[in-house]
Amino acid sequence: MSDQNRHVTFICSKGDLDMAYPALIMGWAALGNGIDVTIFFTFWGLDLIRKDRVDHLEIAPVGNTSMKMSMMGVPGNLGIPNLMGIIPGMTAFATAFMKKKMEELEVPPVREYIEMLADAGANLYACKMTVDMMDLKEEDFVDGLKGIVTAGDFMDMTEGSQIIFI
Amino acid sequence: MVTKELIGITVNVNEEGYLVDPGQWTPELAQELAREEGIELTDAHWQVINWCREKAGETGASPTLRQITKGTGISTKELFKLFPKGPAKKVAKIAGLGKPQGCV
Repeated sequence: MSDQNRHVTFICSKGDLDMAYPALIMGWAALGNGIDVTIFFTFWGLDLIRKDRVDHLEIAPVGNTSMKMSMMGVPGNLGIPNLMGIIPGMTAFATAFMKKKMEELEVPPVREYIEMLADAGANLYACKMTVDMMDLKEEDFVDGLKGIVTAGDFMDMTEGSQIIFI
Repeated sequence: MVTKELIGITVNVNEEGYLVDPGQWTPELAQELAREEGIELTDAHWQVINWCREKAGETGASPTLRQITKGTGISTKELFKLFPKGPAKKVAKIAGLGKPQGCV
């Protein structure tokens, strides 16, 4: 174990804007600490590496009990009513709000983050079954993807790795 | 805090090996600190080190990875080649600065 480098693997299964960032931030931190990183994108997580989707990830207020009215300037812990969350434009509003907050913290957009991770040596893979299910092709994904692999391949390449499912 | 003998001088470092007293840093010491990390310093390394020292002088904090790539114009790929396995931390150590605190 001592002569083998630490290896952390993230499984990204969600395509919401707020669920995209954990693996990107922790993966980047891991690379910054000299740790090997693998990220496996499956199901909605494929949105993070789809050319046509990566710039359009969103966060919806509906069913999100952590999203409070305070983000709209109303003090306190009053939640955004689900009925209000379905009003057209609410998802776009929440998304724009989150993007602005991230930008203020100098957190790069998802597309740039994926590029940074690939350039820093992270192994990025897409899940074959969901790629097939969604009728996607290798050319539908951003540069830096190392391949489209099966669940079995994934098990082989993550032997001994710590695995985090998101 | 512990002390360490490097190029004939005794320097103070913390538990993680970062220089405690910035006044003890010299370019010669940087060469030695780099050697400990398995790095032979070239002009490209110095460009990063000098930029980081300048930046830290302004802000009082070691720059993060993305600040280094944005500030120096050196690509992420190149930076990881120059300082393998954690460039921001390695540069900070070699440049006699504290451990970078940011996440990005």
